[in-house]
Amino acid sequence: MKKFIAVLVENRPGVLARVSSLFRRRGFNIESLSVGTTERNDISRMTIVVDEDERTVEQVVKQLNKLIEVIKVSDVTDNSVHRELALVKVNAPPDKRGEIVEIANIFRARIVDVARDSFIVEITGDEEKINAFIDLMRQYGIKEVARTGVVSMARGSKVTSI
Amino acid sequence: MRVADAIVKALEKEGVEVAFGIPGGAIMEVYDALYDSNIRHILARHEQGAVHMADGYARASGRVGIAFATSGPGATNTVTGIATAYMDSSPIIVFTGQVPRAMIGNDAFQEADITGITMPITKHNYLVTDEREILKIVKEAFHIASTGRPGPVLIDLPKDVTQAEIDFDYPERVEIRGYKPKIQGHPKQIKRAVELIMKSERPIILAGGGVRISNAHPEVLELAEKIPAFVVTTLMGKGAIPEEHPLCLGFIGMHGTKYGNLAVMDADLIIAVGCRFSDRTVGRFDEFAPNAKIIHIDIDPAEIGKNVRVDVPIVGDAKHVLREMIKLIEFKARKEWFDHVNELRRKYPLRYEFKEGVVKPQYVVEKVYEMFPDAIVTTEVGQNQMWAAQYFKVKYPRQFITSGGLGTMGFGFPAAIGAKVANPDKVVIDIAGDGSFLMNIQELATAVDYGINVVVCILNNAYLGMVRQWQELFYDKRYSATRLRYPEMSFEKIAKGFGAHGITVEKPSEVEDALKEAVEVDKPVVIDFHVEVEENVFPFVPPGRSLREVLG
Repeated sequence: MKKFIAVLVENRPGVLARVSSLFRRRGFNIESLSVGTTERNDISRMTIVVDEDERTVEQVVKQLNKLIEVIKVSDVTDNSVHRELALVKVNAPPDKRGEIVEIANIFRARIVDVARDSFIVEITGDEEKINAFIDLMRQYGIKEVARTGVVSMARGSKVTSI
Repeated sequence: MRVADAIVKALEKEGVEVAFGIPGGAIMEVYDALYDSNIRHILARHEQGAVHMADGYARASGRVGIAFATSGPGATNTVTGIATAYMDSSPIIVFTGQVPRAMIGNDAFQEADITGITMPITKHNYLVTDEREILKIVKEAFHIASTGRPGPVLIDLPKDVTQAEIDFDYPERVEIRGYKPKIQGHPKQIKRAVELIMKSERPIILAGGGVRISNAHPEVLELAEKIPAFVVTTLMGKGAIPEEHPLCLGFIGMHGTKYGNLAVMDADLIIAVGCRFSDRTVGRFDEFAPNAKIIHIDIDPAEIGKNVRVDVPIVGDAKHVLREMIKLIEFKARKEWFDHVNELRRKYPLRYEFKEGVVKPQYVVEKVYEMFPDAIVTTEVGQNQMWAAQYFKVKYPRQFITSGGLGTMGFGFPAAIGAKVANPDKVVIDIAGDGSFLMNIQELATAVDYGINVVVCILNNAYLGMVRQWQELFYDKRYSATRLRYPEMSFEKIAKGFGAHGITVEKPSEVEDALKEAVEVDKPVVIDFHVEVEENVFPFVPPGRSLREVLG
């Protein structure tokens, strides 16, 4: 079962190492992890996606809470917005360019770099949408993919902040 | 003020009276500051020994133990000591020297990334990169080490930080937004627990090391008598209730009492207080107490549901939670259950066979108990530890000190030194094995140097005995690399070489005299009991089996 966990941590060196060390030591698998700043410069926010059974996820949350530099942990799996950004460098010979642009438009993706025989396409969305897009691009020959990992935020009045 | 002086002054303000350690290049400023301080410093002979001493001091006194080491190898030598304290939730602070800030990451002489290394075995650790933060960090370290579920904290001090100048402005209070242990149990959960207790016909209290940490022994006893319920303990929980009390069934688990283990398996309710259901205590997780509901009281929410299913979790401090429970409990006689358990106790007592002219290890521990029932007992790890746990009946909390979680051979002797420093008027005895004692034998020099007169009772079977026992039972007696003795070896002579007193005992009739002599001599004493060589520890629940499948 895939779970999305938002974690507020002290914005200090070494905190990421503590979190990743915890996952390694306890044998929890991280599907993706993204870190960035928040509305406050002393606090960073991580979004961690794990694919584990319920009991393991419960342990993940509890163990994260035990870290002194972790301030808040929330499960933001349900009723939330999940977004990820990907850059896809795809072969784009002249006869295929029109097709690729069309597909990109359908996905509301943008061509952000044009070279003689390739594009870089920027796409934002939930994981499924990005996976679908990448799958479609395979037929043209993907040279490179870089993904940010998911960031998540609960909809409406539920807030992960202090 | 120089940071090093500020650190020492901060320790004085925290009431630190004694510290254990070994100096070296990167921590010389701190040692220079200690030179003028009233804090007593005990120079260990190995940093692992220093940390075990601080740990033994902490366990015996309930106060925070302090250890110092230099950078690099000094720091890495503390690792086993820190991991030992971490597994048993013991409050210590380890200060390590570090190379100057500008050299960190350059593989400088005696550089080791000790904060990286100890991340998974400390409750928290700090690399001090800004001298202005040092006092806040020391204050936080004491708070983190000693509150909630206690544990080790490490502070890594780059040499140039310790040389820097700051104003001494020691914070009065600590405020850490990511750290707020929950003390009070949830009233609704407490009510649910009490309902289960009142409904139960066969209740048992399982008391762990958390009882000692929260000083909840009076509450455990009161609860046990009020329900009434039998009490079993984990190895770390020994002392949660006086073990000669009629309601106490001793410790359970792999080498626990058979009647305690069977009673747990027959119970319909387990009231677990401050324990973490380790594999050594519960045997096979999915077959533990199959007919029982489980109430689990612990200050660490992560322990609840980690190993066994729990029906009523209560997160909070044991003392507070038990106080609230006691108010709501009413006495209900459970005669059938009591008769049943007392019958188990009568049927399956701890026992061993006496053999003419041979010193049985169990007999040595029995004698120690008979002659020094008030002594503080530390243990090494292995057969010696289990015999000590079985035959030394603990009377009061903090009397029995052992490495339960990590199982660190070499812990007992330095821990005994730390315990003796905390309790100079008490007899302190390390029940040791010959293998374990060798692992920190250099601390004999420390004990002699400072006149810390502990007694080491080596149950010398010339083997790594517990490993040999497993080889005998599970590996077809293929005694691979477990034989230890060679004829010229003499612990008596080694002890005397260090300036301690040494005694060799080869006959049962000499045991009592040797122990008498040991407490009369004004020196640290090593008694080398040549015990039955291939004696096994029974009862024995083989690893991964249910507590019912007990051998012996």
